[in-house]
Amino acid sequence: MYYKETMRQMNDIGVGSLIIVALISLFIGAVTAVQFAYQLDGTLVPVYYIGYIVRDSTIIELAPTITCLVLAGKVGSNMAAELGGMRQKEHIDAMEIMGVNTAAYLIMPRLVAALIVIPMLVAIAAFVSIIGGYIATVPAGYMSSEEYVQGVRSFFEANNVFMMFVKSVTFAFLLTSVSCFQGYYVQGGSIELGKASTNAVVFSDILILIADYIIAILLT
Amino acid sequence: MIRTEELYKSFGETEVLKGISTEFYQGKTNLIIGRSGAGKTVLLKCLVGLIRPTQGKIFYSDTAFSQLDKKQIKAIRMEVGMLFQGSALFDSMTVEENVRFPLDMFTNMTRKEKLNRVNETLERVELTGVNDRYPSETSGGMQKRVGIARAIVMQPKYLFCDEPNSGLDPKTAILIDELILDITKDQNITTVINTHDMNSVMEIGDNIILLHHGHVAWRGTNAEVLESDNEILQNFIFASPFLQKLRKNALENL
Repeated sequence: MYYKETMRQMNDIGVGSLIIVALISLFIGAVTAVQFAYQLDGTLVPVYYIGYIVRDSTIIELAPTITCLVLAGKVGSNMAAELGGMRQKEHIDAMEIMGVNTAAYLIMPRLVAALIVIPMLVAIAAFVSIIGGYIATVPAGYMSSEEYVQGVRSFFEANNVFMMFVKSVTFAFLLTSVSCFQGYYVQGGSIELGKASTNAVVFSDILILIADYIIAILLT
Repeated sequence: MIRTEELYKSFGETEVLKGISTEFYQGKTNLIIGRSGAGKTVLLKCLVGLIRPTQGKIFYSDTAFSQLDKKQIKAIRMEVGMLFQGSALFDSMTVEENVRFPLDMFTNMTRKEKLNRVNETLERVELTGVNDRYPSETSGGMQKRVGIARAIVMQPKYLFCDEPNSGLDPKTAILIDELILDITKDQNITTVINTHDMNSVMEIGDNIILLHHGHVAWRGTNAEVLESDNEILQNFIFASPFLQKLRKNALENL
């Protein structure tokens, strides 16, 4: 049962968020590339640096943070609303009377699924973002394909990828636990459910940004 | 049998249950009745352990339920089934999956054994051919039956029903009452029903407990309701002038 529920959650979180994450990442990469091209225009900085800057800013910051902020809105609010709805419709009471450990059955699969799937989504987001940078700069004539690829391949540090995964796992834990807490302990009616859903997003976002800062200090 | 001793429950300053001492008998349909706010749902939730009483004891047979630790409570809950007011069926699961849920969670039965048990239970509640439907694709009466099926699939010793007839038409409500009565007698289980439904009181009330402002105001059987001179009971059961007239006529014809 736990395995089945974990698989369902992985599908909901991962496959269900793939398109929105890819779309946002594509544009973030594109905007980052275009804005750096604009800022570096007329300077002595080599143009291939745009690829390097897009890659590192994406991997270090944009992919994990923006993806998880988006997921806090999409997945977090959904988790809070789903669990809150189950609380209000007495589904959780029904499980407890059967003897089910509801916290374990309802929260653990979501947490495990998020910890597995969200780092994957972040990795995809980083990749798509770099592609976005390519699409925005090479066809538009800012630089050649070779220059962009040279930039992407320059000054690579594996530690940055490690940092990306540390951030994504931390943010996944934060947004899932905060959202599940908000939903699981909801009391009252539809207004409280709406508040719980909103709180899930707001508190997750705040904690993600604080954690982002702490990880940046610790790992750089 | 379930027994309560001086059961109290408060929420902040509000005392909802004020020393409930009563018994719920095995093989009988035990009804908790009373006006809204009388404490029926709180008593039922205390009985199943969803709410901890402020004071007092609950005994399942001779086991003091209210003093057990979590592990021991879990063991008792294997013997408990409950039908909720809104049925509380899991939306993402089909009828079959809903009924099979306790078997999946707590038994080592094979897939075939589970399917057989689910089908037997659905037949018991007179529901066949709906295994693959989702709760949203069934009527209110069917949802109640699925809820009953899920509550009895583990063959419990204790069955709790919270407002089993709410939201149902009179005919379906009678069918649900008859079903609960049959299950109680056939399986010789202790059934506790929280209800407002006067038809249930008169038809299946083997042991009726009337709650009033957190106290037990009256206890008796359905046969004793008509002749009782308890004012609270009469004001509650025969609330309208029409029902009062019916009672008067019935008493004259006795």
